[in-house]
Amino acid sequence: MTTTAARLGTSGFVHAHLLGVEDLSRSEIRTILDLAAEFKSGLVARPDERLATLHGRTLVNLFFENSTRTRTSFELAARRLGADVVNFDVATSSVAKGETLVDTAETIEAMGADFLVMRHPSSGACNFLMRHVSAALINAGDGSHEHPTQALLDALTIQEALGRIEGARVSIIGDAVHSRVARSAIWALTKLGAHVTLAGPPTLVPPAFQTFGVRVVHRFEEAVESADVIYLLRIQTERQAGNFLPSLAEYRALWGMDEKRLALTKPDALIMHPGPVNRGVEVTREVMESPRSRILGQVTNGVAVRMAVLVLLDRARSAQRSSS
Amino acid sequence: MTPPQQSILIAGGIVVDPSQEIHERLDVLIERGKIAQVARTIPRTRAERVIDAAGLHVVPGFVDLHAHLRDPGGAASETMETGTDAAAAGGFTTVFAMPNTNPVCDSPVVVRYVLDRAEQLGRVRVVPVAAVTRGQSGEHLADLGALKQAGAMAFSDDGKPLASAQVMRRALQYAHTLSVPVFDHCEDLSLTGDGVMHEGEVSLRLGLKGIPRSSEATAVARDAALALETGGRLHICHVSNRDSVAVIREFKARGAPISAEVTPHHLTLTDDSVAEGEGYRTSAKMKPPLCEASDRKALLEAVADGTIDCIATDHAPHSPASKDTLFDAAPFGIIGFESAISVLYTAFVAPGVWALDFLIRRLTIDPARVVGADWGSLRPGAGADVALLQLGRESVFDERSLRSRSRNSPWLGKKMAARVVGTLAAGVDAFADPSIFPQGLFASRSD
Repeated sequence: MTTTAARLGTSGFVHAHLLGVEDLSRSEIRTILDLAAEFKSGLVARPDERLATLHGRTLVNLFFENSTRTRTSFELAARRLGADVVNFDVATSSVAKGETLVDTAETIEAMGADFLVMRHPSSGACNFLMRHVSAALINAGDGSHEHPTQALLDALTIQEALGRIEGARVSIIGDAVHSRVARSAIWALTKLGAHVTLAGPPTLVPPAFQTFGVRVVHRFEEAVESADVIYLLRIQTERQAGNFLPSLAEYRALWGMDEKRLALTKPDALIMHPGPVNRGVEVTREVMESPRSRILGQVTNGVAVRMAVLVLLDRARSAQRSSS
Repeated sequence: MTPPQQSILIAGGIVVDPSQEIHERLDVLIERGKIAQVARTIPRTRAERVIDAAGLHVVPGFVDLHAHLRDPGGAASETMETGTDAAAAGGFTTVFAMPNTNPVCDSPVVVRYVLDRAEQLGRVRVVPVAAVTRGQSGEHLADLGALKQAGAMAFSDDGKPLASAQVMRRALQYAHTLSVPVFDHCEDLSLTGDGVMHEGEVSLRLGLKGIPRSSEATAVARDAALALETGGRLHICHVSNRDSVAVIREFKARGAPISAEVTPHHLTLTDDSVAEGEGYRTSAKMKPPLCEASDRKALLEAVADGTIDCIATDHAPHSPASKDTLFDAAPFGIIGFESAISVLYTAFVAPGVWALDFLIRRLTIDPARVVGADWGSLRPGAGADVALLQLGRESVFDERSLRSRSRNSPWLGKKMAARVVGTLAAGVDAFADPSIFPQGLFASRSD
């Protein structure tokens, strides 16, 4: 691990929490991805290895929305680094009120949590909680705001597939306005020098997204014709209720990725999806199972990225403690 | 507090009274709660009490057409006592109390309660705004005539905008015959949806649901057309965006009986305030939401050219506990009495954008004119409503000095170039800043 340690010394990763990719600099994102790539080769070569990097540390998963996939990925990352893991699944009725959130988090902190990984239906839930807890907060998805580790693992996947991110043309298609994954991906990819296009109906992809430094288009063909990566977002069925969409059938007809539409793309374009997939809505089973799809099999990247985040946060906090 | 019978001399201050186009060093003599004389030198022997106003500005007490005092029924955030204390501390001597209380101010009983409670406390004049519809339900008109008779000077379903254009039309027709204005919180709730801030770049970045400009502007257009058609007096509350301004300008030009107000926060802040610092600041969450720089510019032009008639605070206290929460769970609204003149002077008068006289005018005779009252003047015979201001000396807007029971202000900790140091309401000392007047307004100063 000497190369890792050396790199950490100059990484300048100074954050005490990971709330979003918007707060990260290009070099900090690079530091995470480089370290993740290193962890990944370890994961592949020695899948059963347990490191002692975070021995004695405790990570608590606090999920106000269900996500077995993300929660398990953090759990695997923490265990591999030698940390203990506690899972809290909080049943959600509607929007969890602020007091409830603070009470729960304070209880968890009293148990000595070093890392608090939270998913919450309200945008800004981590920003709010930051004022009330001292553990390192990691945002595992807050409302429509950010889901940083998902975007970082997607960036790692793109880098592996294309060999680079700078200059890559990435088109994100679907419900961007409600998507925390889309926001985090936009920040990560644009900071790393990719050309990002957002596409979908104007109700879900408002032109104001251009202020993020991305291109916004409202025609499928325009979105995919020169893309190196086509990133499909999940369509929530409840969007029909708000008249964001006439129907799922209409969405499929205008924006769904099927084999016919796949022919409009560059022959080597990659198809990605953050999951879970609504099969037959935003993407067909045939496309999912095609060799160009990276929809499944990103589990290792998820664990590797989360390991990198945990280690970097731990180092940043140790450095802060020793300097103060 | 002194009995109002006593004669008071406000000596040596600079009097700014737009109603008489006065801006010079003058003495002000008060007798039996009314202005008796404004002159260059009035002998101290003429008064039983003297206020040393040297170096201070002496202005008519401010008139606020839009405030929430939360009394009855909202004691966790404000009471008549703390609310009128806060008003006096902000230089306001007349405040209009919105009817969204518990119970709603939709009956003569509640109107009289508000008047009696305020009189009992004796700080500042409180004018009840009665609900347009029973229980602010938007369905059946309240007994507007009886409400007027009980003392209401305006009708509004503030906070619960009238969804039915038909009900608004009838209200304007009916209120017209009573010569009472309808104060209109313009918002189409179907466009607001579950939005929590202005829809734009910032809401998109924070992942918060947006409220489009059209939520306000379409309601303004609807009601402006109704006012033009019925002749009913319509006062548009807290105008927030450029599209609403354009509608008001157009309908005023066509002779619609419309007036409008704007708040200090919409004049000085934008939606960037929500993202400031750690972000998701609930002290920047209000309705209508803070919009963008182009909206702020349009509001400034409108208040300068008279399209917007006056400034009102929309003082909306919410308990600290209710605001210390997730952004989407927090209630809408901020307090405004105690920051208004400081914020406006600092933002516009200190850098030379507005003349001081202009600002005072928009806080005194202009709002008074909206309701046809003669408040906001230091003319002999007028009620002795006076605010003493210290201008040009920097101070910090400090949470600890707040008289309001609530703390939901985006300006806490900010540096201000003006503050209110004393207030007389109907000749009664309603506020004395302890750092200038530690023994009250009539004792010697400590600065």
